[in-house]
Amino acid sequence: MRLHLRYFASLREAAGLESEVVEHLGDAVSLYEDRARRHAFRLPCDRVRLAVNGAIVAWSQPLQDGDEVVFLPPVSGG
Amino acid sequence: MNVAPVNTSFFRLNERAIDVVSLRRLLEDAHCGAVVGFDGVVRDHHGGRAVAALRYEAYAELAEREGEAIVVEALARFPVRRIVAEHRVGLLAVGTVAVFVGVAAAHRDAAFAACRFVIDEIKSRVPIWKHEHYADGAASWIHPD
Repeated sequence: MRLHLRYFASLREAAGLESEVVEHLGDAVSLYEDRARRHAFRLPCDRVRLAVNGAIVAWSQPLQDGDEVVFLPPVSGG
Repeated sequence: MNVAPVNTSFFRLNERAIDVVSLRRLLEDAHCGAVVGFDGVVRDHHGGRAVAALRYEAYAELAEREGEAIVVEALARFPVRRIVAEHRVGLLAVGTVAVFVGVAAAHRDAAFAACRFVIDEIKSRVPIWKHEHYADGAASWIHPD
């Protein structure tokens, strides 16, 4: 399936990209681990939240073709 | 008299200076005897390092949705009438207001409690990230444990 990824904060900086389109077979955890290897993300998956199509969801939620996927590093607003 | 919240409450992001005076005007309400405002301001130090500036980055669509959800939760949880909350994005100098939360309620206990709830939830949930720029030229993303 084809997924649209967007990156923010340290993940954007590490990837050197604001977004990319990837072909992926598998769940969201394997997607994160694959991207983490490719872009040298330092945050482990258990410190990152998952957003799909603009909503925060559980890592166990299946991904679907065309989804917009965002990995959210720990937030620091305020 | 028991009075329901009014539908002028909101959370929003702002790319320009937060106008605290105008936001406070939105809290004026004859039913309310208490107005509590919190200004989060960029300070010049963090973890023993001198900070020159901050840049805030947001996942805007989700940040506004999550911020609105926090406001709705606070209105349901506390007997308050009006909540206005605004968070900056972009580069901010020391001394700049980064976030404002204002609450109007009939009585002060609820106003203080709701204000505290909203700022704490913003800090823990809303997808906004702080990039600290230090006086020595280095910079780092803040991702709290």
